[in-house]
Amino acid sequence: MNAETGIGASVLRKEDARFITGKGQYTDDISVFGQTHCVFVRSPHARAKINSINTDAAMAVDGVIRVFTGGELVEDGIGDLPCGWVVTSKDGTPMVAPPHPPIATSVVNYVGEPYAFVVAETLQAARDGAEAVEADFEILEAVVDTATASSSTQIHENAPSNQAYDWELGDKEATDAAFAAADHVTTLDITNNRLIPNAIEPRAALGSYDAASSTYTLYTTSQNPHVERVVLALFVNVAPEANLRVISPDVGGGFGSKIFVYAEETAVIWASAKVGRPIKWRADRTESFLADAHGRDHVTKAELALSSEGEMLGLRVKTIANMGAYLSTFSSSVPTYLYGTLMAGQYKTPAIYVETQAVFTNTAPVDAYRGAGRPEATYVVERIVETAARELNMDPVELRRKNFIPPDAFPYQTPVALEYDTGNYAASMGKALEIADHDSYAARKAASEGNGKLRGRGYSCYIEACGIAPSQLVISLGAGVGLFESAEVRVDVSGSVTVMTGSHSHGQGHETTFAQLVSDRLGIPFDSVNVIHGDTGRSDYGLGTYGSRSIAVGGSAIDRALDKIIAKGKKIAAHMFETTDDQVEFAEGQFSYAGSNEPKPFAEIAGAAYIPAVYPLDELEPGLSEKAFYDPQNFTYPAGSYVCEVEIDPSTGVTEIQKFVAVDDFGNVINPMIVEGQVHGGLAQGIGQALLEHGIYDADGNLSTGSYMDYAMPRAADLPDFEVDMTSTPCTHNPLGVKGCGEAGAIGSPAAVMNAITDALGVKDVPMPATPHTVWETIQQGA
Amino acid sequence: MKVDLTVNGSQHTVDVADNALLSDVLRETLGLTGTHVGCDTSQCGACTVHLDGRSVKACTVLAGQADGGDVTTIEGIANGDDLHPMQVAFRANHALQCGFCTPGMIMSAIDLVQTADSPLSAEEVREGLEGNFCRCTGYHNIVKAVLDAQANM
Repeated sequence: MNAETGIGASVLRKEDARFITGKGQYTDDISVFGQTHCVFVRSPHARAKINSINTDAAMAVDGVIRVFTGGELVEDGIGDLPCGWVVTSKDGTPMVAPPHPPIATSVVNYVGEPYAFVVAETLQAARDGAEAVEADFEILEAVVDTATASSSTQIHENAPSNQAYDWELGDKEATDAAFAAADHVTTLDITNNRLIPNAIEPRAALGSYDAASSTYTLYTTSQNPHVERVVLALFVNVAPEANLRVISPDVGGGFGSKIFVYAEETAVIWASAKVGRPIKWRADRTESFLADAHGRDHVTKAELALSSEGEMLGLRVKTIANMGAYLSTFSSSVPTYLYGTLMAGQYKTPAIYVETQAVFTNTAPVDAYRGAGRPEATYVVERIVETAARELNMDPVELRRKNFIPPDAFPYQTPVALEYDTGNYAASMGKALEIADHDSYAARKAASEGNGKLRGRGYSCYIEACGIAPSQLVISLGAGVGLFESAEVRVDVSGSVTVMTGSHSHGQGHETTFAQLVSDRLGIPFDSVNVIHGDTGRSDYGLGTYGSRSIAVGGSAIDRALDKIIAKGKKIAAHMFETTDDQVEFAEGQFSYAGSNEPKPFAEIAGAAYIPAVYPLDELEPGLSEKAFYDPQNFTYPAGSYVCEVEIDPSTGVTEIQKFVAVDDFGNVINPMIVEGQVHGGLAQGIGQALLEHGIYDADGNLSTGSYMDYAMPRAADLPDFEVDMTSTPCTHNPLGVKGCGEAGAIGSPAAVMNAITDALGVKDVPMPATPHTVWETIQQGA
Repeated sequence: MKVDLTVNGSQHTVDVADNALLSDVLRETLGLTGTHVGCDTSQCGACTVHLDGRSVKACTVLAGQADGGDVTTIEGIANGDDLHPMQVAFRANHALQCGFCTPGMIMSAIDLVQTADSPLSAEEVREGLEGNFCRCTGYHNIVKAVLDAQANM
């Protein structure tokens, strides 16, 4: 392999060439002939009955072409926005999914829910038109609070107690028995604050209809264009799947929020046929705050049973998860199968029982946001483990070490359904402590105290589950989609290669990482590999990018397609060598045969494949192009140890992170530079959750944090330099030994920060985000 | 209204609405879509360009205010194939992921370095980039890139 561009090399990114020169093509950068502009009219009320909508004044605005209301979509057969995973409650009943029309018809259930939209010649005219739409609302009592939602006014007719489902996982009796036998029980009541994802590129859509061919083309900011296409075709009934092309060009960050199928692109693509012209929409930032799916928002009671020596015996978790007003595309899976299943963490806790009650409120829908359930699980486990250590007067590091699943115990079946394939948790912990100068902490603490500051240290040892799979298991648990990934490797006549992947890059650098993988295996130059993604018209059906799945599932699919390319190449080479394909070896870009001293370079075989002179065409088809669909046998299980040290100024409550160490085990790594970058970004979002970010609704359901003036995004000066390193136990069940790295930072970091803050303050809990005001108040209460 | 602008060295006279923003003119009228719009409150900085040599948020400048001005956008900082040292440093240090904030970040960073009285520390770079959001990188590699570019500017 080429040490500069092969697997394991920090190759600089191909895609940067366009991004650093302003040549990226994001959805809003694309304009087409005759395009119109669209603005959505959004509910100013958290909950209201729509008595009537008057569009006459809007239609009279100069430049307005059409004003649409929800009823027109219903009349045209447009269906509800579906939730793709049916979770079953304890009592065996399926979850309650309230009707979710893309454009509200008779009721609105959160501030920002669209109930009409205006199409106009210019954006300004569309805005003026939207201002002129008049609606008569009957305002109803709104439900906002997560903890009390189930005892509040009923929002949806089919959802008594505002409950979507009441789910459980684990052995309740065994867990109760563990608690009965315990020497010590630690309890913790914690919340996981609502976050608003805030990819810097706002969502956008450009839909057009070609009447001559009855085909639709939708450019949109999607992490998974094929899923968008199938939902719009099969559930929303916009058009037959074959007549709908979805293109996700360059996408400016997703973090989960661009997985889902939203009202806006649905309306734009549908209306493009009604108007007979292309329609473009781009969210204002305030619309992003109001109408992008939010993340987290849990209220949890957790209990940990331990022996007097600190052996973890049982864990009981009861969570109320706020789903918002409707069930967004994959929302139901987040506080259940991506949450309860992670409660074993890195520990051999023998008995675990988790209950999740999902409730509706009159707030924006909540769905997957970076980590999606796993940050919430890690927050529960790592906060309660640290709390237990303090209560038992044990070193929190020692308590963890005592309970780690040991390296020789893999594969390890947890009591909450998952089977971990591999790991070495003590190794990550040891490396993290070394980097963090663990042993010299006392001197740093004394120095802080000398300066009138409070110093604290916290740990977090997270487990993640990436590349959700296998399809048949997940479908049996209620998922409505497969969880494989597709790849097509097209070898050109000259030996260069085009890869079509069903994964989608919105910052992850797939054009580079996947090219490294291909160039390494085929022994061809890195620059002769071109990776194509994000277009249903060009690549085969794929599931897109979320859940840190792209390398583990998408990369493995490419690897499988490469197996087929090499196998066919051997057959062609065998004819050239006048031998059989089992006698042909392939390595370092050369096909070779022991009976010949003239190996055939890959490009020569590619040429021979397309200029089929040397092999019999009744035995072997011409060409060299192969596809693979890879369905994993299991999740992958990245894990790591994070250490955070904070210094708090008691006079202001300001927390400064003075040290943040992250040691992750992602198995094999293709491009360490890109992987470290993924960790940095995840850490920033996790630290943002711990210190700054909070999506807040007032009692009437108005979003108080609806702009960057109100929602505290982490800025450069809010964050420390990160100390990032890795250990590796390769995944045992995929061909690359890879695990996935996209979410780890956001999963592991909140607990590390909050463990450090509670350590510094000497308190059991501080609610996230630990803003200066919250910290200062905590100090005052203790004083 | 008619507005005269020099953009990346080329002269333009554009006929725009009185309330047109500089960012609208660059993106919609001149097709320079490298200047991105990420918010509506002048907070994110994705739209940062240089107006008469200083960085401004193009979403917060009326086109009319820029009349007669000299505008440089991300498309105008390289000299042919010869990239600006800040562009080189951003790529070399993996200071971008999705790339959406990158043009504004690079334009702010160039102004930050050019207007500094003495070489900037990492902390000063962090403070100096307070007007630009990045949601992908955690800023770690952006700070490295700016310090790296500073040595070559």
